[in-house]
Amino acid sequence: MKLSLKVNGKKIEKEVDDNTLLVSFIRENLNLTGTHVGCDTSQCGSCVVHVNGKSVKSCAMFAVDANGSEVTTIEGLEKDGKLHPVQESFKKHHGLQCGYCTPGMVMSSIDLLKSHKNPTEEEIRKGLEGNICRCTGYQNIVASVKGAIGKV
Amino acid sequence: MKQFNFHEAKNVKDAVKASSKKSAFLSGGQTLIPSMKLRLSSFDDVINVKNIKDLQGIKVSSKSVTIGAATTHAEVAASKDVKKAIPSLSHLAGMIGDAQVRNKGTLGGSIANNDPSACYPSACIALDATVHTSDRKIEASKFFKGMFETALKKDELVTAVEFKIPESSSYVKIPNPASRYAMVGVYVAKHKKDVICAVTGAQAVVYRCKEIEKELGNNFSSDSLNNLNLDYSEMNSDIHASAEYRASLVLSAAQKAVANCK
Ligand SMILES: Cc1cc2nc3c(=O)[nH]c(=O)nc-3n(C[C@H](O)[C@H](O)[C@H](O)COP(=O)(O)OP(=O)(O)OC[C@H]3O[C@@H](n4cnc5c(N)ncnc54)[C@H](O)[C@@H]3O)c2cc1C
Ligand code: FES
Ligand code: FES
Repeated sequence: MKLSLKVNGKKIEKEVDDNTLLVSFIRENLNLTGTHVGCDTSQCGSCVVHVNGKSVKSCAMFAVDANGSEVTTIEGLEKDGKLHPVQESFKKHHGLQCGYCTPGMVMSSIDLLKSHKNPTEEEIRKGLEGNICRCTGYQNIVASVKGAIGKV
Repeated sequence: MKQFNFHEAKNVKDAVKASSKKSAFLSGGQTLIPSMKLRLSSFDDVINVKNIKDLQGIKVSSKSVTIGAATTHAEVAASKDVKKAIPSLSHLAGMIGDAQVRNKGTLGGSIANNDPSACYPSACIALDATVHTSDRKIEASKFFKGMFETALKKDELVTAVEFKIPESSSYVKIPNPASRYAMVGVYVAKHKKDVICAVTGAQAVVYRCKEIEKELGNNFSSDSLNNLNLDYSEMNSDIHASAEYRASLVLSAAQKAVANCK
């Protein structure tokens, strides 16, 4: 099917097989490899992107289903060479170690901070339930999200 | 994943017409896509029903709340109307999986899938719901047949679910910490005429716990369940919980649910 959508603000038209997952389209057709794949069971969240402003797991969505949508990936966050405030906060608070989970964590955190202007620690932890990190023990991830409150 | 043809259904008729023995309806895709990825299932045609207008939206009357099949868990959880009419239903939707699953997963997909540990089937039973489909209305008590099995025919589309508004109700879920599905979930609803206690996660399919209902019918209080010992001969036993432990979880979740009834 011919796919027509916007990715990180850029209009894209491409022919894809109907069974292409959105994450494969992003990584393999568009070479945007910041979006990761960490599992086979839709549980790890390392593939989270925004589709029409909402965070979704791009491994559990077909590319053709994103036809006509606006997709934002981790690569689309920086503006004029400056990191997004949430990226900045992850950097400042050491919210990452190996960094594998980080793109998904950042995308989920942005959605969380849009729907909760001033989340409690509990709300942050609940909001990131769909993202698994094998390195940090989450403490600094929570601190990073807290550090970005009011900046999204 | 095997090749298939993707169809965007414009309306209910269109979706039903496109369906065959080798097709699947796609709604949120949160169950269907993982199972296709793992090659547990494959189809020649995948029919997207999520954008059909008649499957959207939430309507509240004085007696019931009707939710379109393609309404996401996030939309149900965020709806002020649902929260006001049946707070426990809004709470249930807000506890399903995680934020990203809730942004895609839908009511219709959840009940059509009928996972033994899914949350919505318990709401359908406890709130004496009616399932509206492309060609009939089915009482919830006749809809959930067995593990991953429902009364739906192959080309039958769930269009909406109509939940009765109870006097008070509450849903308590003991989530599996890894998958967040219900290890046990208990939905207690006090209706004008009777009390329904629906249990998910504990057996092959959602069921009404008559032992608990009997006690609550006599005396609607958590204390009335203090001396109850539930029969666990039919309960699931797996690495997460033994049958005996599940029985004890059902009881304590039911007590908590009664205490929280709003
Ligand atoms: C990590 C994770 C955690 C989860 N945790 C929970 C949880 O805690 N509790 C819970 O209840 N669920 C949980 N789920 C399941 C989630 O709620 C799914 O959204 C739901 O089970 C399926 O809904 P869907 O809209 O995604 O359906 P799909 O995956 O699109 O479809 C599921 C099945 O239903 C059929 N179908 C879809 N729509 C219709 C329709 N309108 N009429 C007839 N048939 C239809 C499809 O053909 C398919 O067979 C979880 C899922 C994941 C990935
Ligand atoms: S890759 Fe793990 S949730 Fe998508
Ligand atoms: S930083 Fe390594 S998985 Fe999160």
